[in-house]
Amino acid sequence: MVLAKQVPDPETPPSQFKIDESTNSVVPPNGVPPVVNGFDLNAVEAALLLRDAGADVEITVLSVGTDFVMDSMKKTLAMGADRLVLVDDDGLDKIDSAATVKVLATVIEKDGAFDLVLGGRQASDWDQAHVPLGLAEVLGLPLVSLVQKLELTDNGITVQRVITDGYQEITAPIPAVLTVTNELGEPRYPNLRGIMQASRKKPEVFSLADLGLSSGDLAPKLKLTKLYVPESNQQVELIEGENEADSGKKLALRLREEKLI
Amino acid sequence: MTSILLIGESDEHGEVSQSTLQAVAAAKSLSEPNITVTFSGDAPASASSLSVDSIVSISAVSNSDDGIYEQSTAEIASLVTSNNPDVVLLSKSDFGSLVGARLAFRSDLSFAADCTELSNENGALVVTRPVYGGSALAEFIVASTPAVVTLRAGAYEPSTETGSPAIESIEPQSIEQFAYVTDTVAETRDGVRLEDAGVVVSGGRGLGGPEPFSVLKDLANALDGAVGASRAACDAGWIDHSHQVGLTGKSVSPDVYIAVGISGASQHMAGCSSSRAIVAINKDADSNIFKEARFGVVGDWEKVLPSFLASVRELKA
Repeated sequence: MVLAKQVPDPETPPSQFKIDESTNSVVPPNGVPPVVNGFDLNAVEAALLLRDAGADVEITVLSVGTDFVMDSMKKTLAMGADRLVLVDDDGLDKIDSAATVKVLATVIEKDGAFDLVLGGRQASDWDQAHVPLGLAEVLGLPLVSLVQKLELTDNGITVQRVITDGYQEITAPIPAVLTVTNELGEPRYPNLRGIMQASRKKPEVFSLADLGLSSGDLAPKLKLTKLYVPESNQQVELIEGENEADSGKKLALRLREEKLI
Repeated sequence: MTSILLIGESDEHGEVSQSTLQAVAAAKSLSEPNITVTFSGDAPASASSLSVDSIVSISAVSNSDDGIYEQSTAEIASLVTSNNPDVVLLSKSDFGSLVGARLAFRSDLSFAADCTELSNENGALVVTRPVYGGSALAEFIVASTPAVVTLRAGAYEPSTETGSPAIESIEPQSIEQFAYVTDTVAETRDGVRLEDAGVVVSGGRGLGGPEPFSVLKDLANALDGAVGASRAACDAGWIDHSHQVGLTGKSVSPDVYIAVGISGASQHMAGCSSSRAIVAINKDADSNIFKEARFGVVGDWEKVLPSFLASVRELKA
């Protein structure tokens, strides 16, 4: 099970980033489609590496949200995942991470047996790094975060967990929940065959009602009162010399004057 | 009154960490704070003069217990149950992020992560946190208590006040442990670590190729700094991804961040916006980077950088 989230493209230029303060939500930029959260593609890659290493794995990508852009979400299938399961419901528009965890736990338990739940290190929209962590608590499973390398063993897993100055080797039983970090390596680009296969696959789509949940079960504990773009009070001091080389020299002197270098 | 259970951490010198002192300052900004600081393991000696009400050591639990803090989470969860505080406050460190999330979900508590501001409004806790890589700020009212809050590093100035808290020690419980650390491997790196560097010299798409990074490296060496890069430069293969600064790379907060040929997309700024001063060199005067920079030169880096490097070397000589 790989958890994936659709997010606004983080490469969107800041000039196109707009907020509608009357609804406290981001205005989708024109012509820039949403993407799968980059760290979640690391998690897909981790699952594919297990398959490359010879393990017989079935990879299910699971996402919770609304207004899915199928071309973006199907990238995970084109990379090599077997199934795409979407919980798509208008009631999921502004849910918090606790509600996300509740929906994910319900669909994972309903979907049947699994050995690993893999998630990205964090999401690039609300930066909440804790959906997989919460899922481990709710499902009562072992959790290892920031995994850069992963191996299946006879009775569980051995992983490398990134720490400040290196890594820890950790063993844990399965089923387990892991968050994968970008040190694992770049997610592979889908090849043509993968893209063709993905185009024929249909995502399995559920609504909240299909899962026996209602939006009342998902009320947020935190109430969003304001979403706004902070005013930058930074005023740049442009250094201008007689020519560009002189500007370089003057810049060095100015930084020394400020005791910055 | 606001009762706060603050989860303290010690640094590599065995002192109360700077991030914990910042959390103390944040806690003290709330209305009529009553602050208990707890440490997994023995509290550092300097904790006994913190300006808080009490210190609780959970003896015999190492701060790094099992690498994923199963023991610490269990201990702190029992403390939360017995103390029933309004706020459980942690630093957004590796330890604090992981333990905070686990605590909140284990006991179904409100959770606000990575906050930059805490306050009270009509008796309720109000928190602010950056979202969308710092492009926006979100303000929330926390309706139910206890609330678990993690605090972004640098959001508050460390508390310098002193006091004489009551000191208590409790025995750890035994828990069922799932995962075990079997080995810890230290990796050595060349030069200064990007995250620790006082000066970071970063290059982006505007450099046009891999060669200019050698000039950036010379400049970084002259300033005892490290070399960073934008995602575009890394994706192009000009420099290894381990140098990438940004939302999908490393977060740095040096005294000086020198951005060369970097446009300043929010995904990049998320990794460097807490630098003390950003210095931009870019030929496009309309680049977003100049909106974030304190000093800038509008010009071609090929002409600006050599004389800048020469002057830096003279000043450093």
